[in-house]
Amino acid sequence: MRFVFKTTYQQDLALFRDKFQRDWYLALMACLLVLPMLLPEYLVDFSLVLIFGLCALSLMVLAGFTGLVSLGHAAFLGIGAYAHVYFSQDLGLPWILSVALATGLTAAVGVLVGTPALRMTGIYLTIATLAFALIIQEVFNRWDAVTGGLRGKAVEKPVIFGVALHSDAAFYFLCLAFLVGGLWITRNVLRAPTGRAWVAIRDSEIAAESMGVNLAVYKTMAFACSAAMTGTAGALFAHQVGFLAPDIFTVLLSIQFLLMVVVGGLGSLHGAIYGAICVALLPVLISEARDRVPDWFGQLFGVFGKSAGLAVAAAVDRFVKQPGLEPGIFGLILVLFILFEPQGIYGRWVKVKLYFSLFPLYKRATFARQKSYMKSERLR
Amino acid sequence: MDGRRRPVLDIIVQLTLNALAVGCIYGLVALGFVLIYKATELVNFAQGDLMMLGAFTCYMFVVWYGIGYWPAFALAVAIIGLFGAALDWLILRRVIGQPQFALVMLTIGLGAIFRSLASMTWGSEIYTLPTPFSAHQTMVGGVSVSHEYLSIILGTVILCAVLYAFFTHTRLGVAMQAASQNQLAAYYMGIPVKRVFSLIWAISAGVAAIAGVLLAPVSLIDINLGFIGLKAFAAAVLGGFGSIPGALAGGVTIGMIELFSGAYLPQGFKDVAAYVVLLIVLVVRPQGMFGTVGRKRV
Amino acid sequence: MTFFAVDALSMEFGGIRAVDCVSFTVEPGEVFTIIGPNGAGKTTIFNLVSRIYDPTDGRLIFLDEDITRLPPHKIAERGIARTFQNIELFEHATVLQNLLLGRHVHKRTLFIEELLFLPKVRRLELKHREAVERVIDFLDLQPHRDSLIVNLPYGVRKVVELARALSTEPKLLLLDEPSSGLNVEETDDMAFWIQDIKELLGITVLMVEHDMRLVSAVSDRVLALDYGRPIAVGTAGEVQADPEVIRAYLGG
Repeated sequence: MRFVFKTTYQQDLALFRDKFQRDWYLALMACLLVLPMLLPEYLVDFSLVLIFGLCALSLMVLAGFTGLVSLGHAAFLGIGAYAHVYFSQDLGLPWILSVALATGLTAAVGVLVGTPALRMTGIYLTIATLAFALIIQEVFNRWDAVTGGLRGKAVEKPVIFGVALHSDAAFYFLCLAFLVGGLWITRNVLRAPTGRAWVAIRDSEIAAESMGVNLAVYKTMAFACSAAMTGTAGALFAHQVGFLAPDIFTVLLSIQFLLMVVVGGLGSLHGAIYGAICVALLPVLISEARDRVPDWFGQLFGVFGKSAGLAVAAAVDRFVKQPGLEPGIFGLILVLFILFEPQGIYGRWVKVKLYFSLFPLYKRATFARQKSYMKSERLR
Repeated sequence: MDGRRRPVLDIIVQLTLNALAVGCIYGLVALGFVLIYKATELVNFAQGDLMMLGAFTCYMFVVWYGIGYWPAFALAVAIIGLFGAALDWLILRRVIGQPQFALVMLTIGLGAIFRSLASMTWGSEIYTLPTPFSAHQTMVGGVSVSHEYLSIILGTVILCAVLYAFFTHTRLGVAMQAASQNQLAAYYMGIPVKRVFSLIWAISAGVAAIAGVLLAPVSLIDINLGFIGLKAFAAAVLGGFGSIPGALAGGVTIGMIELFSGAYLPQGFKDVAAYVVLLIVLVVRPQGMFGTVGRKRV
Repeated sequence: MTFFAVDALSMEFGGIRAVDCVSFTVEPGEVFTIIGPNGAGKTTIFNLVSRIYDPTDGRLIFLDEDITRLPPHKIAERGIARTFQNIELFEHATVLQNLLLGRHVHKRTLFIEELLFLPKVRRLELKHREAVERVIDFLDLQPHRDSLIVNLPYGVRKVVELARALSTEPKLLLLDEPSSGLNVEETDDMAFWIQDIKELLGITVLMVEHDMRLVSAVSDRVLALDYGRPIAVGTAGEVQADPEVIRAYLGG
């Protein structure tokens, strides 16, 4: 069991708890930088992980830290994507400026959404963001001039300061840079007064107000910040996906974002990353499994004879190749996590770490949830 | 009754009935939301998908097993009602006490699972349900009135009346309110909270199934039927998320608003009219038409 | 200069007058207590002063300023801090984070500066930390500094609630039933804290309280309320001996 002996207040403020943690993260960074050489065929998927990581981070700030649950983040992603493509391709603006403008525009829309949201609590806010997302999707459908409507819009590769980024590796590094930047910024805000104010709003609005927190300003700021980050991710997403169409930015995508936040663990930055990894890599996993699982079942049941094995393999193959399976698996994962792992992957990781540090004195009851009774949230 | 057909009036009446009927469906789904919300303060995002399951189950009994329409209707409602109770008993009971957000995510996940199961059981094509009302009309004052719309409107009114009577004249309604505001105190008062909740879920699921079966002849059955649930949100919020008549009134209002947006506004507004209304209501008057505002005591 | 004055304050909740034409003043540096049977409107007055409710009638004056229509978050900026009867702490944060939130009124950094965590932000954060540590020392909360609120016993939570209010460096401190839920020892501690707050920190205290021992021990002046109306004001001894007050509490 390792103790961290703190002698200055600076240590509490620092990004890393001690040199050990800092070295561990540096090693992780080194691995990520070398990844393109080790697994080049999965680079596109990893880029998506990084982009979704940025989205998960933004939603974590809004839902996990400020307590404002949004079911409409796919709309922000879409706004960022379409705006960036319009600014850089249709208007011919330089890449950095286009991304900055797209981020700014998405942040402005975030403020627009956030302002009426001030008067709503809890579930009403979630429903409002859902309505907003559905309206925006229709706007994407209809506004032909900017979005290309139902025909869609092709996206070229990014060209930054005249340097074209054609390779997957270059794009991967670009996304990595944005994600690390986003993490740093978020960490900074969370250890500063604004981040504390957000957490206060999540836990007790009345107390936060009595301590001088202007609810309207901080909630709007949370929305703007979250929307801005998602907008930036949208710009990158446009390049990653190569072709924009309105039916990418559906409610189902918003639900996937929320899934990232829940699976990763509400209220922690690590959780955002774990969640993004899970949700972004899940389709890859499912398609790999679709190819291999029938054979495994076949081999397993081949013990009972060759024909039995083949029959089982064929049956399982028919089952997993059905088109409606994927959303069902997402739903199942969501349900299982909420039932059994409400604190997400990060919560499970904390418990595992505690087990090893307390070994052999760990008691499962440490984390046992007290039986809690529902109290009305209507009267807030 | 001069026997002449009046085509313009005909169209207007048809459209109005259509809007009323669709509004009634919104109202029924909103009703399901309201029932569960009043009891457990949970918004059941899977309500629309329960409606879809109801429609499919009835279809299965009528088309695959050849049972008559009315018995199939009753069977479908009963099965989905039991399914709702089982859902509460097996899954939702374990998560009571968690923050509302987690419960919302849970129902969203359940909805996705229902859609997936439906697509695996019944396939992902579009189906039609043969009913005694399909393609039947009556002439009233020179205007043709379609039986399908009539069945929806009448069915909704009857169901709402029955439910209203049930909740105002039994102790269950009061027990429901108590359990929703302070569970622990309700337990102390001897209210079998868990059983009350399961019953509420059974009723709400049954109402969803009824809505699904009534809707089936008008809108075709497919796994995405549940997305009507999103518009029903607008109905529930408009009605104040607190009462049976409110939900129905909200639903009919949304139906009418959609009708007029389709008639007078440019294309595409009809689809989003419900959501725009939802946003406006949430901003201007969050308690809707009939709801009340509560405030926490500190 | 008027330090704090309540002038003909009234609050109606749909026909019920919870607070009926209440007037009193609080002098700087004193401990002023409001007593009364349950339902007398004491916490309502507090909620009116912290602007959680809007009064139906009357005025609130603090440091010669009319604060009757001020939004709630501005009250803390003016120098009024409060504790809550049913503890409104931030459950999933540590004691330290709760107290640091009390420093919010002293925030001098801009959002953009925080995004980049400029040296100015770091410097001010350290200052906030020092101020909070002073409060922790004052109330002996050192062992609980890094504990989550959910893991703390009720008595400690009440002290943390008090500490958070003190972190704002208020001029007027509103304490809502500071001894409710505390045992005799903890109540005595609370009495010592209140006396220290008045004498060492020079903070004026406006208090709502039921426990007469605590009231007699620390109060300079007492106001008794019944059904929202003031019925007696004076020192603790005078008010407790007043026949109206005795009738309100004991009936008859």
